[in-house]
Amino acid sequence: MANAAIDANAATHDHAHDHHDHKGPWTRIFTTTNHKDIGSMYLWFAFLMFFVGGAMALALRAELFRPGLQWMQPELFNSLTTVHALVMIFGAVMPAFVGFANWLVPMQIGAADMAFPRLNNWSFWIMIPAAILLMASFFVPGGAAASGWTLYPPLVTQGGIGTDMTILAIHLLGASSIMGSINIITTILNLRAPGMTLMKMPLFCWTWLITAYLLIATMPVLAGAVTMLLTDRHFGTSFFNAAGGGDPTMFMHIFWFFGHPEVYILILPAFGIVSQIIPAFARKPLFGYASMVYATASIAILSFIVWGHHMFTVGMPAAGQLFFMFATMLIAVPTGVKIFNWISTMWRGSLTFETPMLFCIGFLCMFTLGGFSGLVLSIVAIDITLHNTYYVVAHFHYVLFPGAIWGLTAGVYFWLPKFTGKMYNETLGKWHFWISAIAFNITFFPQHFLGLAGMPRRIPDYAMQYAEWNQISTVGAFLLGFSQLIFLYNVVTTIRSGEKAKEKQWEGADSLEWTHLPSPVPYHTFETAPVLK
Amino acid sequence: MQKMRNSPLRTILSTGGALLFAILTLPALASYDVNIPAPATPVASQIYGLHMYILWICAVIFVIVFGAMFYSIFKFRKSKGATPDVNFHESTLIEIIWTIIPFVILIAIAVPATRTVLDMKDTSNPDMTIKVTGYQWGWRYDYSADDVGFYSSLSTPWSQIGQPGIEASEKQGNDYLLEVDNPLVVPVGKRIRLLVTSSDVIHGWYVPQLGINQYGIPGFIKDVWFKAEKVGTFRGQCSQICGKLHGYMPIVVIVKSEADYAKWIAEAKAKWSSKPVIAMPAAAPAEDLSKKFTMAELKAQGEKVYAANCVACHQATGKGMPPAFPSLAGSKVVLAAAEQQLNVLLSGRPNTAMQSFAQLSNTDLAAVTTYTKNSFGNSTGTLVQPADIKAARK
Repeated sequence: MANAAIDANAATHDHAHDHHDHKGPWTRIFTTTNHKDIGSMYLWFAFLMFFVGGAMALALRAELFRPGLQWMQPELFNSLTTVHALVMIFGAVMPAFVGFANWLVPMQIGAADMAFPRLNNWSFWIMIPAAILLMASFFVPGGAAASGWTLYPPLVTQGGIGTDMTILAIHLLGASSIMGSINIITTILNLRAPGMTLMKMPLFCWTWLITAYLLIATMPVLAGAVTMLLTDRHFGTSFFNAAGGGDPTMFMHIFWFFGHPEVYILILPAFGIVSQIIPAFARKPLFGYASMVYATASIAILSFIVWGHHMFTVGMPAAGQLFFMFATMLIAVPTGVKIFNWISTMWRGSLTFETPMLFCIGFLCMFTLGGFSGLVLSIVAIDITLHNTYYVVAHFHYVLFPGAIWGLTAGVYFWLPKFTGKMYNETLGKWHFWISAIAFNITFFPQHFLGLAGMPRRIPDYAMQYAEWNQISTVGAFLLGFSQLIFLYNVVTTIRSGEKAKEKQWEGADSLEWTHLPSPVPYHTFETAPVLK
Repeated sequence: MQKMRNSPLRTILSTGGALLFAILTLPALASYDVNIPAPATPVASQIYGLHMYILWICAVIFVIVFGAMFYSIFKFRKSKGATPDVNFHESTLIEIIWTIIPFVILIAIAVPATRTVLDMKDTSNPDMTIKVTGYQWGWRYDYSADDVGFYSSLSTPWSQIGQPGIEASEKQGNDYLLEVDNPLVVPVGKRIRLLVTSSDVIHGWYVPQLGINQYGIPGFIKDVWFKAEKVGTFRGQCSQICGKLHGYMPIVVIVKSEADYAKWIAEAKAKWSSKPVIAMPAAAPAEDLSKKFTMAELKAQGEKVYAANCVACHQATGKGMPPAFPSLAGSKVVLAAAEQQLNVLLSGRPNTAMQSFAQLSNTDLAAVTTYTKNSFGNSTGTLVQPADIKAARK
């Protein structure tokens, strides 16, 4: 699949002013160190994983269509919930963000390429064996890891070899993320064009700079946690086994010390994308640029002291619960600031509603709702009655699907004309948005009700009073899943036969890739740094 | 362009309207609960109240935020000739205002929320204490003061659940998956303290109407409390994924009047006095260890014991689900001399889902051992008698 996008570039580089040697397509895929090639490979990999993870979600929803077991054994159901989460987080959303970073960071700061091109190649290719390990784990004796993506011991120690494969896959994906982050930080701090001060950078670069620090701080923590699982499983250690002096709760602390910053890793770059797109279609600058940067940094710092809110039901002391509750509630402040700034960007603007803007408005609406349910869950007492219910499932899908995924989708529609030099089909894009928006709400809004009524998550079968909302949710899920094929079709036909895009396709776009570079962008850009005022 | 932009929206809105109509006209019997179930304890009432309070605050914020957004969307569109005010992009005053106002709202939420936390955590002065132990996949309740302890597991028959590809042969009942053989029984109006733990993996003892959701963590004991204010039956489920049958370990709590509770605990003492029981017939006759059963008798009883305790993992066919749950058909252990199998049954297998079944009666263990040795294609002809179990227990 990577071929299509790269060919699109290959077609353009013929008349571009570059002199790189002409390799065969396969050699090029394996050996490329060009940030645009690698960016495309990341994006296609993420796209593929998005459909793989989506297919798993549809299998789960099919089983949940009505009470009773119809399609799968409970173990397979547990494995699918586990791997769906891992694939979507580590396989779809994170690589897609890195893909955008690869494409955009050098162009937006006026650099020729990433700081470490070979490391860049390696950080992409290391994901492939990880993905293979994760997928192959379904076919080994005992099946894939079935403990939920949080991998809580002691349950995870009961798993078979599939669990070990998952642990190794996490190690590889974590290493890939760390390498990608080092690359992004070094690029942003060292390769900015003269005059491009930090506080002049497009917000996408800012959010990625902060995200990269989060990744470097937390990925080693996750690697440590899963390594301890591995030695508990095979080498007789007892880090998390009370019988040997360990403590299962310690795993939760370590895991969520990674896990909570991780949810901001999954959303901050989307904040960056949205902060680029809304001003472009409002035709006025982002409102409160500086406060947006500070808000992003505040969210990142706060994200390190709220992990305990995932653990209100382990029975921590009242002081601990209160600390984590207050810290969690505080996050609402910088997040609110961001929402208000985006709305103020639209205020007194001159708005048009092309597909990227539609997805950004969808993002604003749905992310605000997800923020409300987040506020509800931050309250210890309410969290205790909603912990591990479908309310939580609804909450994090409200912030992740319209948050991370729509942010990415908006980004694809926004920059596709720049990347490929061709314009996507606007009508199809609008269909994609409206069906997704409606289907998303049909799927996930009823899950709030299920959770409030007490339906636990990660169960293949449920009591009769949950049947109706589950049925509706499943119908919505299939609509949502299949509507993403419109997206795939639109992207592929754009690359193959889209109409020619303008150099500045969007009137209000003002970052360097729009103002200084043609569409499609040449294979090599900014070999001499642009002159900025 | 104008026409193209409107057409998908219109089509979808009309489809959505039709769908909404379809949903609203579904049979009135259907259950569309949209809120936390009616609270039965003071803490659960506080939770309910807090949730409504925050929901209303969110509703007000929703109206303001969405109002401003949609006002912009309709007022400031280019197609209506709006021109951008490019100088309106910075205001320190506004930034400060909308940092402070949310902060004040949060304080208004935090005050009552803190009060509830302190209430929930105050487990002092209980009227009675019950130990709750989660295991794969059920619960055990120990009434420490009364020397009563028993297991509580799903009583919904597998014939209602079905199997992948095999339709459930029986209609699902009203309390499908929320019914157990031996519910937890407590008196009304008393402060009950629960000591929650687990014997294998992490479980979650979750009964929404009592306002309790507490992990049971192996090796650790955590305490929670509740005071039921009304007589009734309250249902919940394990909330933390705990393996294969996580969805099949419900919790039922029956709150009785003091007189009814006194009657129940007297019966319970007779039935379950310190001797744990899994799925034992209500009135188990005293065991006669000298009695020799016939093959038919043992197999008939063994089949029942197997269906209550073994079938979830080893399956009705005895073929299990290797490698997690080994097959008993043709198994070396089952075909070997009785001691080997009894050893596994009485001690369990460490680090697997195979727990010890030592709590079963000698007769039940003899029956189920004989049954497995002579079913699923196994035909050892071996008879295991209650006296053999008694001997193996030493």
